[in-house]
Amino acid sequence: MDKRLFAEAQNARGAFRLTLFLSMLNAISILLQAFFLSRIITLIFLGEQTLEDVTIYFYALLAVVLSRALINGFNEYVVSQISILVKEELRHRLIKHLMKLGPAYVKNERSGELVLTATEGIEALDAYFKNYIPGLFTAVLVPLTILFVVFPTDIVTFIILLLTAPLIPFFMALIGMAAGRVARSNYLAMGRMSAHFMDVLQGLTTLKLFNRSHLQIKTIARITDDFRDTTMQVLRIAFISSFALEIIATLSVAIVAVEIGMRLLAGTILFEQALFLLVIAPDYYLPLRALGTKFHAGTEGAASAERIFDILDTPLPDMSDAVLPLPTKLTVTFEAVTMIYESDTRAALDGVSFTLNQGERIAIVGASGSGKTTIANLLLRFSTPTEGYIRVADVDLQKLDVKAWREKIAWVSQTPYIFNASLMDNIRLGNPNATHEAVEQVAKLVKAHDFIMAMPEGYNTIVGERGSRLSGGQAQRIAIARAFLKNAPIILLDEATSNLDYGTEAEVEGALNILLENRTALIIAHRLNTAFKADRILVMDKGVLVEQGTHTHLMAKGGIYRKLVESFGSMTYV
Amino acid sequence: MFKTFKRLLHFASPFKMRIVWSILWGFMTIASGIGLMATSAWLISKAGLQPSIADLGASVVAVRFFGVFRGVFRYMERLVSHDVTFRMLANIRVWFYTHLEPLAPARLLQLRSGDLFGRIVSDVETLQNLYTRVIAPPIIALAIVILMGIFFAAIDFRVMITGLAFILFGVTILPLMAWWQGRQFGPPLVKTRGELNATLTDSIQGLADALAFGYEDAQYENLARINRQYRTQEDRMARHDSLQVGLGVLLVNLASVAVLWVAIPRVEGILLGMVALTMIAAFEAFTPLALTANHFAENIEAANRLFEIVDIPPAVTHPEKSQETPQKGRLQLNNVRFWYDENARPALDGITLTIEPNEHIAIVGTSGAGKSSLINVLLRFWEYQEGTIQLDGVDLKQLALQEIHHFFAVMSQRTHLFNTSIGDNIRIAKDSATDDEVRYVAQLAQIDDFIQQLPNGYDTFVGELGAKLSGGERQRVALARMLLKDAPFFIFDEATANLDAVTEKMIVNAILDVTQTRTMVFITHRLTLLEKMDRIIVLDEGRIVEIGTHQALINKQGLYAIMAQHSLDVLHLMGAVG
Repeated sequence: MDKRLFAEAQNARGAFRLTLFLSMLNAISILLQAFFLSRIITLIFLGEQTLEDVTIYFYALLAVVLSRALINGFNEYVVSQISILVKEELRHRLIKHLMKLGPAYVKNERSGELVLTATEGIEALDAYFKNYIPGLFTAVLVPLTILFVVFPTDIVTFIILLLTAPLIPFFMALIGMAAGRVARSNYLAMGRMSAHFMDVLQGLTTLKLFNRSHLQIKTIARITDDFRDTTMQVLRIAFISSFALEIIATLSVAIVAVEIGMRLLAGTILFEQALFLLVIAPDYYLPLRALGTKFHAGTEGAASAERIFDILDTPLPDMSDAVLPLPTKLTVTFEAVTMIYESDTRAALDGVSFTLNQGERIAIVGASGSGKTTIANLLLRFSTPTEGYIRVADVDLQKLDVKAWREKIAWVSQTPYIFNASLMDNIRLGNPNATHEAVEQVAKLVKAHDFIMAMPEGYNTIVGERGSRLSGGQAQRIAIARAFLKNAPIILLDEATSNLDYGTEAEVEGALNILLENRTALIIAHRLNTAFKADRILVMDKGVLVEQGTHTHLMAKGGIYRKLVESFGSMTYV
Repeated sequence: MFKTFKRLLHFASPFKMRIVWSILWGFMTIASGIGLMATSAWLISKAGLQPSIADLGASVVAVRFFGVFRGVFRYMERLVSHDVTFRMLANIRVWFYTHLEPLAPARLLQLRSGDLFGRIVSDVETLQNLYTRVIAPPIIALAIVILMGIFFAAIDFRVMITGLAFILFGVTILPLMAWWQGRQFGPPLVKTRGELNATLTDSIQGLADALAFGYEDAQYENLARINRQYRTQEDRMARHDSLQVGLGVLLVNLASVAVLWVAIPRVEGILLGMVALTMIAAFEAFTPLALTANHFAENIEAANRLFEIVDIPPAVTHPEKSQETPQKGRLQLNNVRFWYDENARPALDGITLTIEPNEHIAIVGTSGAGKSSLINVLLRFWEYQEGTIQLDGVDLKQLALQEIHHFFAVMSQRTHLFNTSIGDNIRIAKDSATDDEVRYVAQLAQIDDFIQQLPNGYDTFVGELGAKLSGGERQRVALARMLLKDAPFFIFDEATANLDAVTEKMIVNAILDVTQTRTMVFITHRLTLLEKMDRIIVLDEGRIVEIGTHQALINKQGLYAIMAQHSLDVLHLMGAVG
């Protein structure tokens, strides 16, 4: 896993090599600083020299200090660059891949989770590249370089340093593994606690209605307290580990100091060397200890990356033979189409056959879950049939150029998506080249003009994610407006008026009738009063096409359709 | 800004003692680090003069002491500071919820953002850093400054001045730079990130629509553009961050060189090592301060957003306790007028109406006619401005909110189910309900069969983490809930608007079966069995324009008759009626 993220950074190959080089330089400058410092002090303290005599060493020291600052600052910039570039690249690839995987994948996975991965997940890589990786390099290069220099200087110190250093990552790993599992469940608990808080906030009105909103105060307090308790237990383990690490580091410095002191007394080591070792010792342990705190940035980044690569590894559907141009006659035939989605056992569609002739208006009715929307998905080529064929004229739909095909369909979905853009641009989704006047005209047709003009900036009002929220009915009218602008030969309506109240529905119905004139239409309906005027009605039940015919014909037949209509009819509509 | 900070500090005040201890441990940790370097340097310098071992005895002990105890102090500090943080977090949540509760739902609807709650959760989580990243570091830094001041003063005055000069630079200038930089680059970066996230969301959640309209390439281009913009801003931020880092490193090491330079002509050689090394060690307290500035800003912003919500006055005030409890009484509205906004048309414009106990009433009208407003006012979610509403002769404004919510049970168009089990979702209505009682109401609501065939039956979780219920299933759970509540007055607010014909019929029948002896109000623009209602009230533009039974209204040939006729025509054509 780590390796793959590393590989990503190879894209910023130059920067990567540079940061390695700079870490190396940093290690050297640390040593030089210690060297000059100890020399100056030795000369003054034991060498009986004056400030003038050591001025030259001060210049050297100053130079080293400045270089060190430059190296560190520059290195920070370099690793930032790596992070920025990797993130940008991953965002591109992720979205491109998701776009190719299509709505079938995006809808199956919780789209919210995917959004989180694309946004926060990728941002989490920042810490990985800016904290963890440099920390890792420093933790390896600095101690190694120091060891390299200490070895010829003093064997005893060398041995102490050599033996104590590996203890740190060892302890880190040991406790990391134990704490890891507990930490993960704790992380989940934290997620659940946040989710609970959110749940309560969102359901606040409901709670009030049931007089439970006050009780929640105690519940929130209790849950957060429980979380604190369990977290503290987990953290105790983590703290013991950091205690151990801290002890190893500082006690080792203490041991070094004492053993140097003893040998100084015995005269087996020079003062300058002793001081040098003392100055260098904390710098030896610092990067190792620092790695401890950066380690969890590493695991978080790795976890995010795992999810990202999971998605990127999902195989793409093979669209390579989808190249044929469209036939002139756009008759659509479903031939024994069966559709079983990946995560399901039951077939969403089971051996469905029907023909949609040019200019025909077909309605599809049935209870929810009966397969209606699946037909729409297949028609839009969001999924491929598991069995059977869909043909346009005589050509397999899967072999036609996808974009050209979709250009021929205007789709009004059950839950139209409103993009983070102006109302004008949202409607222009149907035709990016439409003029302002054309958009207004269409908006008036679908009775959207009034509510648009009532918005703060009219057509230029930003809606969607970061803008004003539209109601279900308003969104639907925008979607219908899009369909109008698109001016496509095939219209696919999926519950197009379900969110509209009586008055608006009646008005919009007029517009819909204009839209449907002289076009081929597939209308998916809950409300039977829109369906019954169709040329033919397809009745779906649990994925099977059970009845087909005109309204009159089906009523006479006395089957499922008739029952549906009768339920509908026994409820008087106003 | 400082006013917000003062308010923020209130969260910390219950934990004063713990905070003091935590700061003490933090101080001791760093002081031990300094002590370790000081005593080690002293030990070595002294040893360099080759005295007897006895002379070194004390320093050896001291070195070992600091070596061990620094770890101990650090452990204690971590323990206490995390404890404080979590307690604060608990406090903040409870505080926020307590203040939010009276604002729902009226005031919350006014707040525009779709992700209001997501923001709230993350803002509350930001605040938990208040102690560890904002309050503690400066106080510890100050203590260390004093320590170093005293330490150096004992050595040499000029050394002290030099040392303090560098320290002060590190404590003021660098954090200020960080602060300034945060203000310069922070907001545009945050804004671009917001747009980037919105574009990513659009690309993922709007994928179907984008593909259907051939928009995917344009969308991708859009993303590329914002991605680039984000990169440019991150780059700018990175440049300044690097400058910060460089200056930080420079400061620490330069300080050590400077005090050495000043010390050499003035201080005994044996102390030189100590001077140089303790200077470096002391900066452990000051380097974090650069980040403190940014965390301070983050905390203030988060707090401002939360205070903004909390400071909104509630829409309705009501007494703590009622004088009397309404029984199964009559509801009387007298010339009630209500508007959401002073400048807008009144949503209710002189409503006078009496509903007797056990009556079954329907309220119809186009959207905006006032149906939901009526409910909002009855439930006291909004305050009506004129007229009176009485329940059993008691003015609604005299009743405690609990009483009112006890009296009414409401099912609305979209039922919120909590992320808990189905059983618990139903039990919200009555905590002490037995399993049998829950099953009973579920049977009445015709949802028991469905629940039984779920993997864990009544213990099956619903919502994000569990079973996804269809619209019809949710509404039946809501019905079960209402039945468990057993309130005398049932209100159905567009409860079946999103359901298909078959499901709607099933639910409506279930409702009518079990509500014989309750007062019932149906609000709908798609009606169910209007003929069975005792009375139908027709609203238009906030006024009652017609009242009567279905047949009476049809005969009257007024608004209702016109509305009904249109549908009846359609149904006739369908051959569905008659």
